[in-house]
Amino acid sequence: MSARLDQPILSVQGLTTALARSHATVLEDISFTIAPGEVVGVVGESGSGKSMLALSLMGLLPSAVRRTAGRIVLDGDELTSGSADHWRETRGRDLAMIFQEPMTALNPVMRVGHQVVEVLRRRRGFSGYEARKEALNLLRLVEIPSPEKRISAYPYELSGGMRQRVMIAIALAADPKVLIADEPTTALDVTVQAQILDLLRKLRRERGLSLLFITHDLGVIAEIADRVMVLYAGRMAEIAPVRRIFDTPQHPYTQALLASIPDMKGPRGRLVTIDGAVPAIGSMLEACRFSPRCPYRHEICERERPPLGLVSGDQAAACFRPFGYERPIEAVS
Amino acid sequence: MAQFLVKRLVGSFVVLVLVSLMAFAIIWLVPGDPTSAFLDTGATPDQIASLRQQLGLDRPMAVQMLEWYGRIVQGDLGHSILLNRSVTAAIIERLPVTLSLAGLALVFAVVLGVLAGIVAAVHHNKWPDQVVMTLALFGLSVPDFWLGIMLILLFAVKLGFFPTGGYVPFSEDIVGWARAIIMPAMTLAVIQVGFVARMTRASMLEILNQDFIRTADAKGLKRAEIMLRHGLPNALIPILTVGGIVAGALLGGAVIIEQVFSIPGVGRLIIGGILSRDYPVIQGGLLFLAVIYLSVNLVVDILYAVADPRVRLE
Repeated sequence: MSARLDQPILSVQGLTTALARSHATVLEDISFTIAPGEVVGVVGESGSGKSMLALSLMGLLPSAVRRTAGRIVLDGDELTSGSADHWRETRGRDLAMIFQEPMTALNPVMRVGHQVVEVLRRRRGFSGYEARKEALNLLRLVEIPSPEKRISAYPYELSGGMRQRVMIAIALAADPKVLIADEPTTALDVTVQAQILDLLRKLRRERGLSLLFITHDLGVIAEIADRVMVLYAGRMAEIAPVRRIFDTPQHPYTQALLASIPDMKGPRGRLVTIDGAVPAIGSMLEACRFSPRCPYRHEICERERPPLGLVSGDQAAACFRPFGYERPIEAVS
Repeated sequence: MAQFLVKRLVGSFVVLVLVSLMAFAIIWLVPGDPTSAFLDTGATPDQIASLRQQLGLDRPMAVQMLEWYGRIVQGDLGHSILLNRSVTAAIIERLPVTLSLAGLALVFAVVLGVLAGIVAAVHHNKWPDQVVMTLALFGLSVPDFWLGIMLILLFAVKLGFFPTGGYVPFSEDIVGWARAIIMPAMTLAVIQVGFVARMTRASMLEILNQDFIRTADAKGLKRAEIMLRHGLPNALIPILTVGGIVAGALLGGAVIIEQVFSIPGVGRLIIGGILSRDYPVIQGGLLFLAVIYLSVNLVVDILYAVADPRVRLE
C-alpha cells in the first residue's frame, strides 16, 4: 500500500452535513484521522449522528441530507473534490462498510456466494472461476462453517450471525483500505456479538485492517478501539485514546456515559441515567449542546460554542471546563 | 417445492369442479326454456317435448349432472345446435386466434408496463415519472372499445397501415398475421400497460428503499447494475402476481376486442352463443376460460417459486 505509517489512511476535516430543506445541521465540524491499522471507535446516543457520519464517508447520504462543508481524504485521494462517480469507484474497492441490520442488508433472492463474487468480479476484475475460489476463501476467513455448502445458500437460510459474517466477507472482498462498521453487533445476541468482535479483531491483527467502528456500547468500544470519538448531537464532544477515555474522561458527557454503565461488581443500586434527551435536529443550540443536561454548566456554556481544545497531547474535548471556563487557545485541526 | 405444486394442483382441480358445476347449472338458472332458442314461437308442445328429450332435459337433474361430468372429462363439451357441430372442435379451431391476440397483448402489457414502471421509479418525482404516470392513468381510463374504434379510423381507414379487421393465421402468412393482430393486441393491452406500469413503479420504489440496495450501493456497483441485478429481480415478485391477473383480464377483454376488430376468436364464439342461447357453447366457453385462467395462474405460481427462493420452502 502507498500509505506510510506516519500518514493517516483516512483524514476527515471539518465535515458538516445539513438537511437539504431546512438547512438544519446534522453533523457539525467533524475532524479526525485514522492511521493505517488503527481502530477508531465512535460512540454516542441514538440521534448523535453516528450513522450519518458513516454514510457521509461512504458518499451514501440519503437525498434529504447534504454535505455542506469539509474534506474527506482517503489515502491521499480527496473524495470530496472528485466526482460522484469517482467516489462510487472508491466504494467497494478502497472503502467498504458493514451495516447494522444483517437480516435485511443482503439481497434475499441472490445466493450469498454470488453476493460476494459480485464484488470480486465487478470491482476487482476476477474471472468467474477465480472469484468463486476467492469467495470460498473469504467465507472461510470469516469462519462460516462448511463454506462449500453455504456459498450457494440464500440469506433466509442463514442465521443473523452468519449473515453478518457474509456481510463482512462482502466488505473484505473489496480488500478495502478502510472498513466502516456501523453497529455491526447491535442486532445480534450477546454470544454471537462476542464472536463477531473476535472475528473483527482477528482480521485487524492478520490483515492490518483500518477500522471505523461505530457503536453505542462502551463495552464494545473498550474491547476493540485504539482511539475513541464521542459524538453528541452532531458535534464531537471528545476524542482520545481508549484508555484515556475510560481513565480520565474530560467532557461531562463522556463522564456521564461512563457513569451510566452498570457496575456488575459492587452493590446493586439504581441505574445511573443522564437527565434530559439529545436535542432534535433543527432545535439545536449554537452554544454548547450538552449544556442543558450538564451539571457543570457556566454562563459561558450557554453563550458560546466550546471549540475542540487539546487537553493533553492526544486528548481533546469540546468543553470549557478543563480550561477553567476559558476559551482554549489551541484547537485541533 | 413438489408439495407446493401438488397443493396448487389440488386447489385448481377444486375450482374446476365448481366452475363446471356452475356451467352445468346455467341451464337451470337462466329464465326461459332452452328449447325456445331453437324453435320458433309457433312450435307445438310435441315438438318442444321431442327437443327436450333430444337434449336430455327430461331426465332427473342428478342424472343430467352425472352425464355432464362424464362428457366433459372426455373433453366433450356437447353439440352446438346453432353451429351444428362439436363445441370442443369449434373452440379448438378458434383457440390459436384468441391465444395469439391475448398472448401478444400480454407481451405488450408486461414489457411496456415493466419498462415504463422502472423508468418512473428510477426518476421518482421527476418529469419522466410524471409523464409515465399520466400516460398510465390515461391508459387505465380510456375504454378499450372506444380506443379500438379510434385506432381503426386512424390507422386502418385514414392511413391504411393495417386492415380494419379480420384475422390471418400465423402459419399461412406471418406478415399478414402481424398486420392483423398488432392493432387489436395493442388496444387490448393499453389498460394493462397502465396497470402494470403503476404496479412496477410502486414495487420498485419499495424495493429501492430496502437495506440491500444500500449494500449494493456500498459495493460501488453502477446505478444500472443496482437496478437490474438487485432491484428488478426483487420487484418482479409482486409483479408476477399482477401478471396472472393481467392474463385473466386480457382473456376477458379479448371477447370485446374480437368483436370490435371482427376477429373470429373464442370470444366471438361465446358472444354468439350467449346472444342465441346456444347453451352448449356458453357452457363450453365458460369452462374453457376457467381452464385457461387456472393454467395461467398455475404457471404464475411456478414462476413465483423460480423468482423467490423463499417460496420453495413453504
